[in-house]
Amino acid sequence: MDQWADDIFNVLIGAGVRQVAYVPDMGHKRLIERCNADERMTAVLLTTEEEGVALLAGAWLGGERGVLLMQSSGIGNCINMFSLTRSCEFPLLMLVTMRGQWREFNPWQKPMGQNAKKLLTTAGFNVEVASEPGAVAAAVAEAAEGVFKNNGRTAVLLHQKLMPEKTFGK
Amino acid sequence: MMDADEKRSETYPLRRRGVARALLRGRRGLLVVAGLGSCAWDITAAGDDPLNFPLWGAMGGAPAIGLGLALARPDRRVLVITGDGEMLMGLGSLATIAIQAPENLAVVVLDNERYGETGMQPTHTAHGADLPGVAKASGFPVTGQVDDQGGLDAALPVILEAPGPVFFTIKVRAEDLDFVLPPKEGVILKDRFRQALLAPGPAG
Repeated sequence: MDQWADDIFNVLIGAGVRQVAYVPDMGHKRLIERCNADERMTAVLLTTEEEGVALLAGAWLGGERGVLLMQSSGIGNCINMFSLTRSCEFPLLMLVTMRGQWREFNPWQKPMGQNAKKLLTTAGFNVEVASEPGAVAAAVAEAAEGVFKNNGRTAVLLHQKLMPEKTFGK
Repeated sequence: MMDADEKRSETYPLRRRGVARALLRGRRGLLVVAGLGSCAWDITAAGDDPLNFPLWGAMGGAPAIGLGLALARPDRRVLVITGDGEMLMGLGSLATIAIQAPENLAVVVLDNERYGETGMQPTHTAHGADLPGVAKASGFPVTGQVDDQGGLDAALPVILEAPGPVFFTIKVRAEDLDFVLPPKEGVILKDRFRQALLAPGPAG
């Protein structure tokens, strides 16, 4: 089940991504480990996702490309900071692992999870969805190209089906 | 009515515009990020520069922008100048910076103990919140507080040259000052910064 995460890692390396900002997340566990283990990447552990939006604006000012990894619950934390991204037209690539959509055990994940696409669209993002393991690499590669070559803002939503089911021991 | 603690900063000797001028005098390629409000006006009053990135929003984001910039350009000194209110909204970013520990980053809070843009209401620092203490406890190796001219003179070489990350609070007088506005078009601020930093040639 780690193959799609390895695929993302390879796409990010190929796209010249060097700063990887993240809040720890089960769905991104493998990718975060790969980024932390590779000296070409600077993996930046955040206390909240909005720090990553600001961090990657700074990275771009300095000439470096980055990616922000988060769970869908992190979208809400970023909303005001997206005004930086949008007002300055900073490129921003986000990979969002979804909660609240498939066999979700925790109902408190649903408000952000079920509204992720709507909120991101309202905030000015292109939103792409990847639901099958084999489709992830192409979706991320396309998103990265649009973000860095055409100065875009794209979020790729990684469907909850890609992650192991979380059952809280029930 | 404000109590005595809340009025204390009205008599602090250092004035923010003079502090900003001192930080930026002969700036030698310094990359500067300023938090929204007074700090953006302060760095502009000291002399607008393409290597200034003054914020008009994104409250709480200035230190993290400085971190991304410092990581991308380890060959350049990065100075974040922000206010106590802006810093308080992004305290977690101090812990994030401390893990990365970029030696070329300094965060300076011009602390007038007020929310200047909203009517000079007291901030948490008026009630004793200790920002250098937070930075130190978060893992910053170099921290300090400046209260007067002698302290500023001693702190300047640390802020501008010492291996960091460096965090300083500089206590400044609560005062109403003229607006000195930088360009407010974000795309212009971004593009001129990148052009000055990244484009080859004599201007780079």
